[in-house]
Amino acid sequence: MIKVEHLYKSFDDKEVLKDINATFRDGEVNLIIGQSGSGKTVLMKNIVGLLTPTKGSIYYDNRDFVSLSKREKILLRREMGMIFQSAALFDSMSVLDNVMFPLDMFSYDAYEDRKKRALECLARVNLQGAENKFPGEISGGMQKRVAIARAIVLQPKYLFCDEPNSGLDPKTSIVIDELIAGITHEDKITTIVNTHDMNSVMGIGENITFICEGKAEWQGNNKEIMDATNKKLEDFIFASDILRQAKELHDQQQRMNRN
Amino acid sequence: MLFINHLNAIKVLSIKSGLTHLGKYVMLMGRVLSQPDRWRMFLKQYVTEMYQLGYNSIGIVLIISFFIGAVICLQIKLNIQSPWMPRMVVGYTTREIMLLEFSSSIMCLILAGKVGSNIASEIGTMRITQQIDALDIMGVNSANYLILPKIVGLMTIMPILVTLSVAAGILGAYATSLLGTTTVPELTEGFRYQFNQWFFWCGMIKAVVYAFIITSVSAYKGYTVEGGSVEVGKSSTDAVVTSSILVLFSDIFLTNMLT
Repeated sequence: MIKVEHLYKSFDDKEVLKDINATFRDGEVNLIIGQSGSGKTVLMKNIVGLLTPTKGSIYYDNRDFVSLSKREKILLRREMGMIFQSAALFDSMSVLDNVMFPLDMFSYDAYEDRKKRALECLARVNLQGAENKFPGEISGGMQKRVAIARAIVLQPKYLFCDEPNSGLDPKTSIVIDELIAGITHEDKITTIVNTHDMNSVMGIGENITFICEGKAEWQGNNKEIMDATNKKLEDFIFASDILRQAKELHDQQQRMNRN
Repeated sequence: MLFINHLNAIKVLSIKSGLTHLGKYVMLMGRVLSQPDRWRMFLKQYVTEMYQLGYNSIGIVLIISFFIGAVICLQIKLNIQSPWMPRMVVGYTTREIMLLEFSSSIMCLILAGKVGSNIASEIGTMRITQQIDALDIMGVNSANYLILPKIVGLMTIMPILVTLSVAAGILGAYATSLLGTTTVPELTEGFRYQFNQWFFWCGMIKAVVYAFIITSVSAYKGYTVEGGSVEVGKSSTDAVVTSSILVLFSDIFLTNMLT
């Protein structure tokens, strides 16, 4: 479980995160949602340690990440996997080498065992046969799947995904969402996904934190979100006509059920 | 008065900015010059960098040195030709120029352009595409993993490049005998005349120092890039300009110290 308590982050005079409190549960897909510029990427960067909070605490199963020593932080980072918005694959390496990289750095297994583990992860994301290709030779969706394979190869306890569906078509986005959800449930990982994709919110959002103007405005799941009364959340979620109509249908259904 | 105030303000800002860069550079070098996370990975990278930075530069080093050697020989012949001057002086002066200044300093200056821009743009691109963040999240010391093999690799191969440069320059000088300006025996006599082995080692020491300057400064410029492709381009240019100036600056001190 990851717990964020009274987290603040400022850049010079600009306060980007203001007193964020949130809990991200084990074995669940935890989503951070919010408009562009709301501070969700800054929140995730603080959680993974790419930025240092101005004030507040981040607990990884009762270990306060902010107050850990440099060495302890490095060790904790080896329990993390991260999928970046741009996939962030090493473009000088083949797909197999990308997935094997964390094993090459931190595992003492023989080469054959490391290769076997990497191929298993590639098979898990349905990328058999692509191991000798380079990142520049594969599609965006395949790159994201390689990034997932690389993130899970060391069997992390915590998985972070920064807008994993960015730049993907709706069908591929669903495939990526299902992969992330499947891996989270099977391996009991604490997964945090940063997104503003409503398909992801409705499809895999088991624990959703809504960030608006640097504040955590609402926390709940994808079922509760339809009945949420928070005005800012409603404005964000039901911004499109299709979702507004879905909301109206949902409300009608609720009224009929009550009557 | 206003102009002087502005000038003073610019001076203060320049000093402040220079000191900030120096501090950041020293801190980065602190991370770079630490023990690698995995020696096996370091050695793999080290061999790759020697090939990419050194082996791939052999062609340009040989071509430039050959022609410069030939031109130096011709210029000396044309400018100091006199009945009072022994004919072997042409070979002797060409050897001294190649050994003491051209092959060690000017060749490194040329390589600062080729290798420096290569390093800054490679690392800068890795920074803006979040590949460096990916390494940090994995718990890898990204500065050490990316920069140390480049520094050690170029420091290893630079003396070899300088030796090849001297050899190519001497061959170029011999080639002028085909034009009939000098003869092979005259040149050979000059090349052998009062050879001081220490001058060769001066070139080697200079080459190693310049290799460190070129790689570390260019890597710093690339590693600290913020923004997009425009900033990567700018960092690449900055890397070449800064490392060239530092090479020239340290040339004065090294020449004074060593000879």
